[in-house]
Formats: sequence, C-alpha cells, structure tokens
Amino acid sequence: MPMESSEIEALIKESFPDAHVEIEDLRGDGDHYAATVVSSAFIGKTKVKQHQMVYAALKGRMGNELHALALQTSPPNTTN
Amino acid sequence: MMDENTRQRIQTEVDTNDVLLFMKGTPVFPQCGFSAAVIQVLSHLQVKFNSVNVLEDMDIREGIKHYSDWPTIPQLYVKGEFVGGCDIIREMFETGELSTFLAEKGIELSSEA
Repeated sequence: MPMESSEIEALIKESFPDAHVEIEDLRGDGDHYAATVVSSAFIGKTKVKQHQMVYAALKGRMGNELHALALQTSPPNTTN
Repeated sequence: MMDENTRQRIQTEVDTNDVLLFMKGTPVFPQCGFSAAVIQVLSHLQVKFNSVNVLEDMDIREGIKHYSDWPTIPQLYVKGEFVGGCDIIREMFETGELSTFLAEKGIELSSEA
C-alpha cells in the first residue's frame, strides 16, 4: 500500500523535531522513496543506529507499507 | 516474534560465516534490486562471502528482522556484527569505509592478495 511522502516526512519530524528532511519520490509511484534526514539526534551515533532511529520513527511501516526507502542520515554540519 | 529455534539458526549462521549476507534470491540470481546492489559491491571488492536466501525460509525472513532490529533485507554481517543494509553498505563503499572496515576485521579482499 503506497504512502504519501508528506506522511513520511510528518512521522520523521514527529520524532526528530529539529530534522531537516528531504524526500524524493523516485518513481512517482508512492512506493519508492529516497529520504535524507539531518538531525542533531544523530550526533555520536553509528549509521546503523541512525537508520534504526528513523525506522523506529516510521513505526513499523518500513518493510511493510513502505517497501523502498533509500535512507541517508547525518548529523548537522558534516560534508555527508 | 521469533521462536528460539529460529534465533539459534540465525545465530549459528552469523557465527560460522565471516561475511554473511541475508538476501532475497542468490548471488547469481538476486530477486530484489537492493540485494543485487549489495552483491555488486561485494563482488567489486572481491570479498568472499556466504549468503542466505530468505525467500526460501519464512522463519528466517521474519526472524532476521527481529534479530538485528532492522526492518529490511538485505542485511550484511561481518564477524558476527551487523554492518547494515543496502544504503549503509553502498554509502560505506562509496566513501571507501567498507574496504577499511573489512580490512580491520581481517577479511581478505582478493584484489589485495
């Protein structure tokens, strides 16, 4: 079941209020997204942990309604 | 949740394979683009790895998500440690971090042999 990008963004922002979130609908089908999330919550966390935090914010939708979300996370002020 | 037997089977696989990829399909016939992308990276680095096709085993397919607290497949494990899914592996490969990481873990890359 497809998900709106605005819904994804809202869920992420709910857990990371300071986050800068960019979401791209890769195929225009509401099912394949790429998200970039920049938040101070990621400072000092491993990539695995950072992604797990975003998945947690999506409350179980990742891997279910949301089949494909290419994720890129980073703390603020890095070149990544 | 996953039963103890499934957890034990996953643990054994992870413990006995230095580089292990849980994936959809096989390295020769990946059945998902994300799995294929990781295979491409590992092949490019000429890393020797083993794989588990989760499409052949529903218990493993669901169990592995709980094992690592990670909702998607593929999942790469090196020396028992969960390294990441497709995005992280791709990013680590692009930054050169993956070769360094594998070298630090004592994984042989044939290209350097």
